[in-house]
Amino acid sequence: MAEMLAAGETPEILFWVGCSGSFDDRAKKITKAIVRILDHVKIKFAILGTEESCTGDPAKRAGNEFLFQMQAMQNISVMNGYGIKKIVTGCPHCFNTIKNEYPSLGGNYEIVHHTQLVQELIDQGRLKVQGGAFKGKKIVFHDPCYLGRGNDIYEAPRDVIRKLDVELAEMKRSRAKGLCCGAGGAQMFKEAEPGNKEVNVERAEEALALNPDVIAVGCPFCNTMMTDGVKHFNKEDKTKVLDVAELIANANDL
Amino acid sequence: MISSVIFCILLTGAGVFFAINVKKIRRNILIGRDVVFPDEKPKRLRTMLLVAFGQQKMFAQPIPAILHLFLYAAFIITQIELIEIIFDGVSGSHRAFRPSLHGFYTFMVSFIEILSVLAFIGTLAFLSRRNLLKVPRLVKSELNGWPKLDANLILFGELTLICFIFMMNGADEVLYTRNISHAANLGDGSLGLSISRHLGPVLFGGMSDHSLYTIERVGWWGHIMMVLGFLNYLPFSKHLHIVLGFPNTYFSNLQKKGKFATLDSVTDVVAPNFDPAYVAKTDPDHPQKFGVKDVQDLTWKNLLDAYTCTECGRCTSACPQNMTGKKLSPRKIMMDTRDRLEEVGKNIDANKGTFVDDGKSLFDYISNEELWACNTCNACVQECPVNIDPLAIIMDMRRFLVMEQSQAPSELNLMFSNTENNGAPWQFSQSDRANWSKEI
Repeated sequence: MAEMLAAGETPEILFWVGCSGSFDDRAKKITKAIVRILDHVKIKFAILGTEESCTGDPAKRAGNEFLFQMQAMQNISVMNGYGIKKIVTGCPHCFNTIKNEYPSLGGNYEIVHHTQLVQELIDQGRLKVQGGAFKGKKIVFHDPCYLGRGNDIYEAPRDVIRKLDVELAEMKRSRAKGLCCGAGGAQMFKEAEPGNKEVNVERAEEALALNPDVIAVGCPFCNTMMTDGVKHFNKEDKTKVLDVAELIANANDL
Repeated sequence: MISSVIFCILLTGAGVFFAINVKKIRRNILIGRDVVFPDEKPKRLRTMLLVAFGQQKMFAQPIPAILHLFLYAAFIITQIELIEIIFDGVSGSHRAFRPSLHGFYTFMVSFIEILSVLAFIGTLAFLSRRNLLKVPRLVKSELNGWPKLDANLILFGELTLICFIFMMNGADEVLYTRNISHAANLGDGSLGLSISRHLGPVLFGGMSDHSLYTIERVGWWGHIMMVLGFLNYLPFSKHLHIVLGFPNTYFSNLQKKGKFATLDSVTDVVAPNFDPAYVAKTDPDHPQKFGVKDVQDLTWKNLLDAYTCTECGRCTSACPQNMTGKKLSPRKIMMDTRDRLEEVGKNIDANKGTFVDDGKSLFDYISNEELWACNTCNACVQECPVNIDPLAIIMDMRRFLVMEQSQAPSELNLMFSNTENNGAPWQFSQSDRANWSKEI
């Protein structure tokens, strides 16, 4: 972003990468897929790079409102400083926090989740999508809580997946009844409480019961949890866990 | 004459006792912090009509929804008949509205009878779901003891009430055909009640006039006594949802479920670092606790939620942590909140209107283990048929643990310090944040 500003350019959109997308090796592939899509349609986008900092979502859900607001205000002052208007992000947690919890702290932006942006690009005819290697494959979509129940976005990822000429299967617990992957509420960063099963195993079991070729996700944390869940059942050769952005980028060799 | 006097005394007594307890509940709910809801009347009314009156969310599970609809419809429509019963009781008349309403009267009472039969079936089904089929969400451990008894008492009470209705109407039908009912004889040979017209002769047909009068009176008095008893049982029972479901859905959270409350008390501390001209939002003379320790720190809406909960357990059966064997149960959060609130209420009653510290708090009811298990996934909030929000209470109690007590699990403390120092929840350097872009 700083470089663009120095060059006197204004980006069409800011790509909010998020911590997972920046540091986690698996999630970095999702980040790159999103970049491939943005580059393909020639959207002029910027990232904050080292000026981006955690939105504060895990801190807030873990009860540390102080840390959350510190993070939020810092990010807001950076973004307001650059005059950011529109943001896309690959993480439903970043999406939810910036969309719903930044405005009352002074951060007002138009923010979309990457599946919404892809859908928009397809609808506008800017992105042509074919099934490629995924054509005819069975794909089941797992709703991220903070995209689905949290923000009532259920159809954008599904509409995008359908464009791939695939068989879109649904778990019994989907959309508003979707079952959490087990990561939310800062659980990603701690051991689970004593019980008789891990939540991600429960969820992966449900998805694998449909015998899908791909479990599609829209959240880097869901991705980690579902990948671990699939490994738990030794099904990683048959069933891949892929982000919707990866499906689109890979199918179309972007 | 004497019966009219007895009736008036009972009616007044029941009314006064009920009013006293309603006042207590109102007082208890208002122990909570004040919270101002955005004024979106049309949207709120619409939500109340759909969710409470229309039972919209119940139909996510069609079988219990239909059974519940039988009871609900019977309950609502029966209120109309109650007007006549009270009128008869006070004035000493018998079926006072029948001569003037005639056809409409027959239709209404017949309709109520059909609904009562459906309600009877529904109640039997509910009893068997709880006690024979043992539907998982209805036999979880947090229901052991009083909650289980409470639920069964309500259901048995409903069965008894319906039996009284058919004693009253069935015996009166036989009396009417013998031309000796106390109801005005309109020369039509039958009261024409849809069920009792057939059921009355079958059950009571061979009985003497005297027995029939007795059965009719036992039915009539039994019915009104059950109604008044039920009314006064409400404040002590989970069954309050039949009333509070309406205000509770009216004050539903109308914003996105992903949006969690922003604490103004925290903003007042943090914001001046970024904006020297910032004006505090909270009153510095009355510093607020960060988070919730006890029911007084919750909002009145949280407390209304607690009184509205009818312990159906849809929240708990949808909870990812509960279904994988963890201790957390959103229903228990609501039951605990109500139990503690009742305890605080009794404390206030015993101490002439002021709360005397009893050394306890909501944390004596809800453990840290339960609080830390939550995924904040909103499944419980989504499920609740009367829009209760257990997650709001869990979050506020976490806030207290973290910001007032520094009692987060150690892994979360590590996540906090990483976020604070590196701008990410993991131990990565902020300067490496854009390294991925060099790999393209």
